[in-house]
Amino acid sequence: MSSSYNEMWEKLNLDLDAHAGLLEVLGKFYGDIYMSQQGRLKGMEYLDFVVSEVHGLRIKELQDAKALGKKIVGTFCVFIPEEIVLAAGGVQVGLCAGAEAGTGEAEKVLPRNTCALIKSFVGFKLSKLCPFIESCDLIVGETTCDGKKKAYEIFSDYSPVYVMEIPQMKNASDRVLWKSEVQRFKSQVEETTGNKITADSLKEAIHLLNNRRRALQRLNRLRAAVPAPISGRDSLLINQISFYDDPVRFTAKIEELCDELEERVKSGTGVAPEGTTRLMLSGCPMAVPNWKLPYIIESSGAIVVGEESCIGTRNTRDLVDEGGMTLDGMLDAIVDRYMRIDCACFTPNTERLDNIVKMAQDLNVKGVIHYGLSFCQPYAMEAYKVEKALSNASIPMLSIETDYSMEDMEQLKTRVEAFVEMTR
Amino acid sequence: MGTLFKGQAVAGIDIGSRSIELVVLSADGPFHQVKTPTTFDPLGQCQKLMEGINGCRVIATGYGRKLFAETFGRVNVSTITEIQAYALGARFLYPEAKTVLDIGGQDTKVISLSEGGKVLKFEMNDRCAAGTGKFLEFMATALQIPLESFGEFALRSDRRIQISSMCTVFAESEATSLMARGERPENIAMGLHMAIAQRTIAMLRRVGVTSPLVFAGGVAHNPCVVRLLEEELGQPVIVPDKPDMVGALGAALYAENLTKEQI
Repeated sequence: MSSSYNEMWEKLNLDLDAHAGLLEVLGKFYGDIYMSQQGRLKGMEYLDFVVSEVHGLRIKELQDAKALGKKIVGTFCVFIPEEIVLAAGGVQVGLCAGAEAGTGEAEKVLPRNTCALIKSFVGFKLSKLCPFIESCDLIVGETTCDGKKKAYEIFSDYSPVYVMEIPQMKNASDRVLWKSEVQRFKSQVEETTGNKITADSLKEAIHLLNNRRRALQRLNRLRAAVPAPISGRDSLLINQISFYDDPVRFTAKIEELCDELEERVKSGTGVAPEGTTRLMLSGCPMAVPNWKLPYIIESSGAIVVGEESCIGTRNTRDLVDEGGMTLDGMLDAIVDRYMRIDCACFTPNTERLDNIVKMAQDLNVKGVIHYGLSFCQPYAMEAYKVEKALSNASIPMLSIETDYSMEDMEQLKTRVEAFVEMTR
Repeated sequence: MGTLFKGQAVAGIDIGSRSIELVVLSADGPFHQVKTPTTFDPLGQCQKLMEGINGCRVIATGYGRKLFAETFGRVNVSTITEIQAYALGARFLYPEAKTVLDIGGQDTKVISLSEGGKVLKFEMNDRCAAGTGKFLEFMATALQIPLESFGEFALRSDRRIQISSMCTVFAESEATSLMARGERPENIAMGLHMAIAQRTIAMLRRVGVTSPLVFAGGVAHNPCVVRLLEEELGQPVIVPDKPDMVGALGAALYAENLTKEQI
């Protein structure tokens, strides 16, 4: 990324030297993990471009939108209904929190035994490394785990934070709570943007975001082909970018990429050598640039053909019903759609177990790798149940717990390779 | 030993964190097995071990497997993980084996095998070397006992004390404070061995301990760890003659199978 953005970054109060260092590392990392792949789709050029301009052109677009009076809303979780933000004329960006930079700063205010994702977003803020966070008019947190919940209290000393309460069960009273939370969020977004949400604007937002989900669902269907026509890393990247790219442009580009994929599937062209082991990932989200585990897997004679994760099917599986005619009817449809999310913060969470087993069977994988971030209690605990459910379906599972550091690469490689050998 | 075509030898090399083992197999069984310390120059050590070995198929395993495969292009090298190597080696020596435990220099692995010898499930310690050979080595040094006789030394204890920390650094400070209280070093050594045994058993129980259990890797030389495992599990623990060669043997067997498949 050229220094032509320096002025913009300076205005956003970034630490320019540290930021330049971050971009250099990111660029090299991307080169090693992405550009080294063989037989990539032509359509991935767009994604390469978006990554190369992640802190440049995209931030410039956000600044231009702000100059026109638009408001930017940053989020960390698939529970935050983007339909509301879009319907109020705002722009929502999913903040990534997938890099280790800033951990030192974060540990000044957070306990060391906090998950890497939380450390990352706090660290990026305190180290002045993220132009997205600095562009936000509102940052929306949520109560999906105790770590995040308490971290937002600290984060709010530095940024304007609003927190949505996520129910932890799925009883009728929880739906009532969630509906009131969606309404409270709507009022907040209307206040932040200065725009009233109407039935028309909400209808359009629902349709637009469903289209993005449909494009990603199409990607998921196509990548499931045998032989796999696209690498797991590339598919993960597409899902990651869906969180911060312009939704209309992104959807169009992914549909184009899917056309190309369709051709590959028709001609039976695979991206990996014959005999490559098909695996599925399940568990914690992998935010940009957390490509460590997929890279290890795909360098060990396997290919990832699906991600059961917030940056994966958990975010794209369900559409919002488009039949609502009134504003309240549409809000109900949004409430119902988001209540179907099978996050490990719920108890019980048997839908997730069913979804994982079904997905593994549909994708015809040899095994599932369960990925947990160290200190992420909900997913770490649920791994036990996941393994049991998979084992009942005769699908082997490997449980991996790690963070964003590279020090355990070799140990992870040995485990993943041994798992691949075992499932052959 | 399987039938091997005359004149065709295969080799397995296990490049671990503490030692490197080489096993060469011919039609009549292992005819060459050597072990050497890894040192700071694993490749140089491999070079020495590989002298005179030309043209045969080699399977590398252990931490240095990738490095070895990239360097020794003159022989036909591929790699397998230690999990598979130990499973194959242990199963060859004890065809009934259902569970394999390997405690090496910085790794502990437990492997559960099917009736047919396939790996069903495995567990490995993560990045921390707590409870491995490195832990014993460090503690033996702290108590000024040669590593080779550390197990015997611990078996001379007259009382069992709990050392709760598995972290090498914390366990050392626990041992130091026990010494300061006048505890016999034999008892402290026993406490340290019990810490390893408990950690190992927890890992074994995660994959399920089905008999017979084969204990391989360098730490299997330690009679105190073996005794404590047998006591706690209430079943015999089988230790091969040369427990540290099992990985290299497994790698060599894998090479043998590949050679047979190709012919």
